[in-house]
Amino acid sequence: MIPLSYFLVFAAALFCIGLYGVLARKNAIAILMGIELMLNAVVINLVAFWRFRSPESITGQAFGVIVFAVAAAEVAVGLALFISIFRRRNSIAADEIDLLKW
Amino acid sequence: MEPSILVWLLPVPPILAFFLIIFLTNRSKSLSHILAITATFLSFIGSMVIVTLAIRSGHLGEEPFTSVLNWFPTGDTWFQIGVWVDPLTVATLFFVAITILVIIFYSVGYQNYGQPKGDHDQPGLPPHGATVEDEQGHKHRVPSIEPMYSRFFAFLSLFAFGMYVLVISNNLLTLFVGWEIMGLCSYLLIGFWYAKPSARAAAIKAFLTTRVGDVVMLLGLAYLYSLAGSLSYDVIFSEETLAMLTSTSAPIFGVSAAVLIGLFLFFGTVGKSAQFPLHVWLPDAMEGPTPVSAMIHAATMVSAGVYLVVRVFPIISAGMHHGEPTLTMNVMAFIGAFTGLFAATIAVAQNDIKRVLAFSTISQLGYMIAAIGIGAYVAAAFHLFTHAFFKALLFLGSGSVIHGVEHGVLHTGEEIDPQDMFNMGGLRKKMPFTFWTFLIGGLALSGFPFLSAGFWSKDEILADAFAHANWPVLIVLAFAALLTAFYTMRQITLTFLGQARTESAGHAVESKWTMVLPLVVLAVFAVVAGWPGIPEDFPVIGGFIPNFVHEFVGETLAELPETIAFHWVPLVISLVVSLGGLALGWWVYRGLPVGAQDPLEKLLGPVYKLLQNKYYFDELYDYIFVRPAYWLASTFTYLWMDRTIIDGFLHFVARIIFSLGGILRNYIDKPVINGFGDFVGESVKRIGRSGRFIQTGRVQQYMVMALVIAFGTLFYYLFFLSQP
Amino acid sequence: MTVMHVVFLITAVVSLGGAVMVVTARNLIHAALWLILTLFGVAVMYGLLSATFFTVVQVVIYIGAIAILMIFAIMLTRRVRQEPGSNVNKGWWLAGLIALLLFTSLVWMLSSWPGFQTTLQELPQDFDSIQVLGTALVSPEGYVIPFEIASVLLLAALIGAVVVAWERKS
Repeated sequence: MIPLSYFLVFAAALFCIGLYGVLARKNAIAILMGIELMLNAVVINLVAFWRFRSPESITGQAFGVIVFAVAAAEVAVGLALFISIFRRRNSIAADEIDLLKW
Repeated sequence: MEPSILVWLLPVPPILAFFLIIFLTNRSKSLSHILAITATFLSFIGSMVIVTLAIRSGHLGEEPFTSVLNWFPTGDTWFQIGVWVDPLTVATLFFVAITILVIIFYSVGYQNYGQPKGDHDQPGLPPHGATVEDEQGHKHRVPSIEPMYSRFFAFLSLFAFGMYVLVISNNLLTLFVGWEIMGLCSYLLIGFWYAKPSARAAAIKAFLTTRVGDVVMLLGLAYLYSLAGSLSYDVIFSEETLAMLTSTSAPIFGVSAAVLIGLFLFFGTVGKSAQFPLHVWLPDAMEGPTPVSAMIHAATMVSAGVYLVVRVFPIISAGMHHGEPTLTMNVMAFIGAFTGLFAATIAVAQNDIKRVLAFSTISQLGYMIAAIGIGAYVAAAFHLFTHAFFKALLFLGSGSVIHGVEHGVLHTGEEIDPQDMFNMGGLRKKMPFTFWTFLIGGLALSGFPFLSAGFWSKDEILADAFAHANWPVLIVLAFAALLTAFYTMRQITLTFLGQARTESAGHAVESKWTMVLPLVVLAVFAVVAGWPGIPEDFPVIGGFIPNFVHEFVGETLAELPETIAFHWVPLVISLVVSLGGLALGWWVYRGLPVGAQDPLEKLLGPVYKLLQNKYYFDELYDYIFVRPAYWLASTFTYLWMDRTIIDGFLHFVARIIFSLGGILRNYIDKPVINGFGDFVGESVKRIGRSGRFIQTGRVQQYMVMALVIAFGTLFYYLFFLSQP
Repeated sequence: MTVMHVVFLITAVVSLGGAVMVVTARNLIHAALWLILTLFGVAVMYGLLSATFFTVVQVVIYIGAIAILMIFAIMLTRRVRQEPGSNVNKGWWLAGLIALLLFTSLVWMLSSWPGFQTTLQELPQDFDSIQVLGTALVSPEGYVIPFEIASVLLLAALIGAVVVAWERKS
């Protein structure tokens, strides 16, 4: 019915939108949102492949679970970082955090 | 021990003394003279032992004491040097050892050992006296000790070493070494008071003049070595070598090699023994202290010249046919006789007590050389032997006289030359020992009959000349003997007899025992030394003792020289000239008052001036040789060659290099090399400066760039590389 | 065109539209809310893929924890004054270009892959994915080790976050 290609295209689109958000947005939390979109796209890909290609082995889902966990951890740490940076510099615009420039 | 080993040790104490004095005991005056005297005494003892052993050995002529060792390798063989003691060596050693010891002992007193240091004495100038206060507070000026005391003894020791080396050597090369060492010491000692310009000039003059002789002598040695292959006496005086030398024809002058070698070696003697034309240095050498004059210029160094010709007599006389003298001998006879007369005429007009003796030495050496020239080998050696004693005695005596008069000068404060005989007189009463010993020496020099050594040796020469019917030589030598006696008596009369002509002479004082004892010793020898040479057929006296000199010294030659038969004529001639000359000298100069002119001046007129200025030879040589040499040195060599050509060339090269350096620096180094270096650095900086803008610090831009490059690479890979 | 298709289409449009709004919204709170919508859409997708566990987890964890956390962070990092200027940086067009490029290349590459058009297979009736997943996550022959390591990771993240965000009393 719904071929694999639909899901894959959908995931690709989501991924690319997330990529645009990562590369283009100034606010660090907005970048993080973009990252979340990309991660979600990845998990959709994983689950789709599991469902269509090898539903008998649960590996796909296990992988996806782990990715969830990692995503959650990453968000937590990232937001903690942003808060800490905001406290110091009163701004979390990515183009203002440029201390490592020349 | 073996006599030849002892002979090797003879020069060792003096050279050790030299080094010890200059390195260790230079500051201590007493240690220095103790070292010098001990060293010469040891050599003296050694020499006497050798002499005794030699005389006792009986046939020293055929079997001299020898010992050789290898010195340096010459191809397959070694050049050997060694010692050689034959009768001639023994005779020479005898007088050399005694005179050196006596003179060094004398120097202790002469250099005023024990006297206080002078007021203004500087090293390099003669001592000028010290002021001492006695108990009453009177200030006296007394002679002061020589500031360079130790140095003097060091040089004398070195000199003794040189003489011993010359005498005992068995080959002409080490003889030459000793010759040159003595030349060096002569220079050092004539210029002992180096702060005096006249002394410096005299030292250089002595060295250069003898050098002229030495160079020619060296040429002779080289030629001899090239022909004979060796310079050892046993080789060069052997029959084969002599025959070879006479038969080989020399490349120049068209004479045989023996003649040429003889002439060249003789020329060395002309320099060293101050014969005409190289006589000019000896009078000036009187600038040195009197012991130096005694040792070097009377007893030993100038004798070395005569020793040389006596030693190489076999070469000089090689080719003699039936008593016909060779060319060399004729040349020697001419120069010797000429010099004898020439110097005697000059001595007559000299006023300085030491100058008279200097010219007298030149004259007597001329005698000896003339004796060799006529073939009187034994007579020449005999005269050498006796002359050393009485000439040393005369010089030491004159030193004593000068000291006495200087004492008077210091006492009275007069400004006179203490060496001028016209400022002396009447010293007989003030300085008796000096007077009597000087008189004995003077009589010996004049050939006073029977009692003095000089008579026997001079008489022998005249007898020899007569026997060979050599009239020119006989007449010239006889006339010279007359003049010798004349000027000797002139000297004695002016100095000792009559009344004192100056206050200083009136206050003269006899010298200390350290100076008088040597005079006495030498006076004894001046009398006694002639007795071993009394001819056996001399009337009355002859025959008591054998003619030891003739027998012993004559053994040196391959065949014993013939004994000259006694004849009345030469004896009469001797007596007449010596006694007549003495009487004449006394008669002309007796009682010469103060400030009087020399009677000879009136008599000879302008000739006197000529004689007094030594025939203007010094001025002539100055004009011919010295001035051109200076011009050559200062203008030609220094100014033209050195400054202009060589320095000019160097400056030119330097300028080229400078400009080359400048070019390289400004056109290559700075722009290219520096520029390139700077360019590289600058480019890197510029690249860096422009490239660093990549690092904006903004993470998103980094990611964008990464993705762009990743895509680029991917597309490139997909579309361009993987095409089949 | 079945029901499935329609559902899929609507969900896809909602999700992608929400995603676009997330990355373009000026107001960050709006962006966060749009993110929540997108995550809901994704949850529905999981449902369509019969990964029911994921649906629930998505809603609970992603929306319930992560998105809320983001909202908290947005509030904590607000400036008093609203920042003027654009909400994208200077090179946004390049980012868009890249995103587009990436999308087209992905789709193109995937479309040349033969398994692109695989269709759904029927799952067995008694397939209980949750139980299978659960067993797999704790069985030693399964994925217990990644599971445990993930928990360690979470612990580390927890500690890290606390430490980083700790306010230093200076």
